[in-house]
Amino acid sequence: MKLDTQLLADVSAFLNVEADMLDNKEYSQWLDLWVESGLYIVPVDHTVTDYANNLNVAYDDHEMRELRIQRLTSGEAVSTQMSQKTVRTLSRFRIIDDIDGVVRVRCAYSLFEDNVNGLRTYPANIQFKLVRDGGSFKVVEKVVKIMQSGRHLTTVSYLF
Amino acid sequence: MTSKIEIKNISTAADLVKEDRVHKSLYSDPNIFEEELDKVFNNTWVWVAHESEVAEAGSYKTAKIGKQPVIVSRDRKKNIHVMENRCRHRGATVCEGKKGKTKAFTCPYHGWGYGLDGSLRALPKPEEYENILDKKEFGLVQIRTEIYNGMVFATLKEDMEPLEEFLGGAKKWIDLFMKQAGGYPVKTMGDHRFRFPGNWKIQLENTTDAYHFPIVHKSFITSVDEEAKEVFDFLDGEGFVEDLGNGHSVMVMIPELVDLEAHLDEPIPERYADLAKELSDEGHSDAEVRKLVRAVGGGGFNLNLFPNIACSMAFFRNLVPISAGETEIHHIAIGGEGAPEAFNQKRMRLHEHFQGPMGFGTPDDGEAWERVQAGSYAGEDGWIMVNRGMSKLSTSEDGNVKGAVCSETGMRAAYQKYKSLMSR
Repeated sequence: MKLDTQLLADVSAFLNVEADMLDNKEYSQWLDLWVESGLYIVPVDHTVTDYANNLNVAYDDHEMRELRIQRLTSGEAVSTQMSQKTVRTLSRFRIIDDIDGVVRVRCAYSLFEDNVNGLRTYPANIQFKLVRDGGSFKVVEKVVKIMQSGRHLTTVSYLF
Repeated sequence: MTSKIEIKNISTAADLVKEDRVHKSLYSDPNIFEEELDKVFNNTWVWVAHESEVAEAGSYKTAKIGKQPVIVSRDRKKNIHVMENRCRHRGATVCEGKKGKTKAFTCPYHGWGYGLDGSLRALPKPEEYENILDKKEFGLVQIRTEIYNGMVFATLKEDMEPLEEFLGGAKKWIDLFMKQAGGYPVKTMGDHRFRFPGNWKIQLENTTDAYHFPIVHKSFITSVDEEAKEVFDFLDGEGFVEDLGNGHSVMVMIPELVDLEAHLDEPIPERYADLAKELSDEGHSDAEVRKLVRAVGGGGFNLNLFPNIACSMAFFRNLVPISAGETEIHHIAIGGEGAPEAFNQKRMRLHEHFQGPMGFGTPDDGEAWERVQAGSYAGEDGWIMVNRGMSKLSTSEDGNVKGAVCSETGMRAAYQKYKSLMSR
């Protein structure tokens, strides 16, 4: 096994930027990280691979990503008015492959939410498909497999 | 020597339900919650599944009656069984999956094996039970089950009236609701599950509450096109809430969409134009396309079936009480068995848009519910008002009490049934 530590460093730096943007609610910058055809997916059942033909917690194309961010920032949504604070960490990065310019990477993820009802925790496995973009990347696909999504979650007004 | 014992006046839960208000302690008193598990959930028809969730021989789903774990299974003869999820030996659950397919239910502890119909088939080393255990008497405990139009209910009450009688005036609305799939049989397509820190009755009220829609769901309304905005602007329209008896109620928000097989000549909404084209390109006739597109967004009403299931516009909402201050909700997506992929995909995308943990609607409902629960702890005494619309009631076509779409008629109907059950 040969480790491409340069790619790993670049990818993890990028993914930490993506995560930092979401924690700091830099939503329009986050939208710019995506290719227009990209998909943001939070599945219910982690064994599913045909997301389009299964029910997901979120299945956002470009239009839905924009609508979602509009909802999170407009102030109209009562669940966003107490400004849900999150802090998330990513680790256990593994490059799965790097073929034809598409890098598949997966990582471990923990999100903590400061909820009025108590601290909420969401561990997850995330799978990314990235394409190179200049010295950085753009996101083609992000699949967030949140632990317990098949059992029960809570209501959430931010982005994983 | 005698001493005086101070007597504390304890109201029963039934006393806490008045015609126009209910006491806030109904949301938080753990003793009342325990009483409800018995007097409500053990004493009526409780929804446990839609037939399509256990479609094939060997299919199963786990569910709860109150807090009691049950298995819903379909045996090889295609009959549906609802059974206690408890081994008759020393009580372990014999089925832990949410749903699946199996040949038998085997207890993980000592290997007792039960058939799909719950009968005890085999157990290891049976010689130690010689003459003292008849397998025929030790099957999984069966629970009385009846089905109406695909909706599977179970009851623990021995002399419970037949399901059809219990449903009464709600049957007509169930039948209308099952036109969801544009001419195809209704099938469930997975669900969203989430818990919120609040009492189950808060959710029960919400399904028959139109009053909150423009405020709580403002951000959802903003996210849809102009045409859809008009459809969802129904508070001043011709809708109504009708008391169907036995705690059930129907809230009609969009009268034109009550019967999804009517008005098929109406122009196809702009937001479904792409879907219509795709279906047409696939070879479906104009009539078929119209029927599918008319149904894709769901029906125009919420049917609230006391105590734990609602047929809500385009999906089933099942509520599962966890404790006085916690409830689990399932939002079950609905599509058509054999329907075009594009139709079912659209149904799922629409469901994802509004419902569930990251929907544009549910999290804001959740905020409101959580705050109702939190507010209910304020003050020694306090009443939840459910009197909205009481002075403006009329009678429906079917002879039921009827109020405006944004009245609290449905809540009063549910609480009166609750009161009668809790009075026993």
